[in-house]
Amino acid sequence: MDVRTPIPTNGGDWQGRFKDGWSEQLAQLKARFAADIVETHVPPEYATDVPIVFVRPQGLVSILKFMRSEPGFEYGFLADLTAVDHHPDEPRFEVVYNLYSLARKWRIRVKVRVNEGESVPSAITVWPGANWAEREVWDMFGIKFAGHPDLRRILMDERWEGHPLRKDYPLRGYQIYPTPEQVKPELLE
Amino acid sequence: MSEISRENPSQLDRASWPAQYNVHFEKDPDDLWDESRMIVNIGPSHPAMHGALRMVARLNGEIIEKSYCQFGYTHRAKEKLGENRTYHQWVVYSDRLNYCSALINNVAYALSVERLMGVETPARGTWIRMMCSELARIADHLVCIGINAVDLGAFSFFLYGFHQREEAYTLIEKLCGARLTTSYTRIGGLMHDAPDGWEKEVKAWALRTREVIDEMDRLLTGNQIWRKRTEGVAVFNKEQCMDYSYSGPNARAAGVDSDLRRDQPYLFYREVEFDVPVAKNGDVFDRYAIRLEEIRQSLNILVQCAEKIRKGPVWSEDKRVRIPDKEVVFNTMEGLIHHFKYFMTGFQVPAGEAYTCVEGGNGELGMYIVSKGGPMAHRLRIRGPSVWHFQGLTPMCEGVMVADMVAALGSINIIAGELDR
Repeated sequence: MDVRTPIPTNGGDWQGRFKDGWSEQLAQLKARFAADIVETHVPPEYATDVPIVFVRPQGLVSILKFMRSEPGFEYGFLADLTAVDHHPDEPRFEVVYNLYSLARKWRIRVKVRVNEGESVPSAITVWPGANWAEREVWDMFGIKFAGHPDLRRILMDERWEGHPLRKDYPLRGYQIYPTPEQVKPELLE
Repeated sequence: MSEISRENPSQLDRASWPAQYNVHFEKDPDDLWDESRMIVNIGPSHPAMHGALRMVARLNGEIIEKSYCQFGYTHRAKEKLGENRTYHQWVVYSDRLNYCSALINNVAYALSVERLMGVETPARGTWIRMMCSELARIADHLVCIGINAVDLGAFSFFLYGFHQREEAYTLIEKLCGARLTTSYTRIGGLMHDAPDGWEKEVKAWALRTREVIDEMDRLLTGNQIWRKRTEGVAVFNKEQCMDYSYSGPNARAAGVDSDLRRDQPYLFYREVEFDVPVAKNGDVFDRYAIRLEEIRQSLNILVQCAEKIRKGPVWSEDKRVRIPDKEVVFNTMEGLIHHFKYFMTGFQVPAGEAYTCVEGGNGELGMYIVSKGGPMAHRLRIRGPSVWHFQGLTPMCEGVMVADMVAALGSINIIAGELDR
């Protein structure tokens, strides 16, 4: 009994319903982006609710663009953009894109594995709304996004040291700043 | 600041503008507008800001030329806590996300952990969860449209809404003893069953509220001042909604036909009938109208739930998640050990990952949990709709007057708890 158990009151047997469509889509993706796709994890072989496509950073933006606009995919809704820290495993981070297709009511997950110090291309050109989510990943995990126009901290103070959601960051501790953040007129140019 | 008046004349010759004001914009821009430019800091503590949010805007006269938003003032590290607390302990933190509809957060969290464990709750528990969700959604929408109207000066409308909301909170109080921070769900069940006759009270309340909603509709929807303050103001169209991941009522107001209750049915939403209202303009008025209609639909769902719910257990029989009954705990050694282990070490969740989402009060409320086994999540990510909606405020308010920014902010219903997490 784990995530692959179909629960009628919680989505039901959608893995069974979407199985054929998923394998078709993944085959199409692999044929088109053979060099950029590392591997795919499909339920029920892996303990996940929807298929996971692991891609290389250099191919990420073109794959996301393809998945957003290509007929048959139409994952037009960036449901979530976040990251997972696998410290002390290598590669350390996974950047996770949860996509949803409003037309087909399907979901899929795209992941990029990166190590400390490596950067991920920004998805702002595909979804302008990825801006804040990428800033949050930078703030919380310290993963840089190449091509992001304004990669500042978002939840924490701009003077904060460290990236709180890293596994080697302590749960408790204080950093106190007696003055508030100032208005930045340069952002209004 | 000639850009806005020249490139965007439609902003200026709106019906609500008295014709004599338009004369300012026909003047030579060089002599007047440079002097009238100023930077205004709205928030983080400001009566027009719904929570500790901040918008810094460069104004030209009364029009926002450019702005940026800031948040994080009530950041409580919920995601970090999720990695350092057992699944059971985190239930209380889920209330403090969207505190206007705490029950939906409780339900969403319980569903996401249950999905990882493959646990199903019995029928009565599921019906109660569904009624909770709808009660919370109505309360959330009433807050949103009520406060939005208050921001624009319609005080009596707000009082009508808040009266019904108070009664809804009384019903919620009967359920779990708390009004705002409910913590009602448990993984695999509920804190306890609803009291006798609760369903009937909910039904009576729903029928009463339906009349009040009609009255509120008559009171405000046709009001000329309200129409002029909201129609065509702060438009966010369908393409922008998709670009900025808008969901829920705000996206439906712009014509995005999506509702997770219908599209990815969870709980028993397959078994009730309801419509998904969709508007097309995406302005403040449409966001208000969509919410008003959604309240009516939620009331219909509540009435149907109250008729379909039957007596029965609310807890799953799964031994992993079920909190042992007090009788067993106090009278048997095994029960006491079970109780102790449950609360001290927590239960084991098998390795796996899932993104579970429900239709929250404001939109898609998702919980992405990565488990590597053990009693604590490896990563617990909360996808709150408010973050994505707040991000759209800057493009939404370009070329909009300051007073209309207040209307726009109220209409997208930002809840600081969910925004800052």
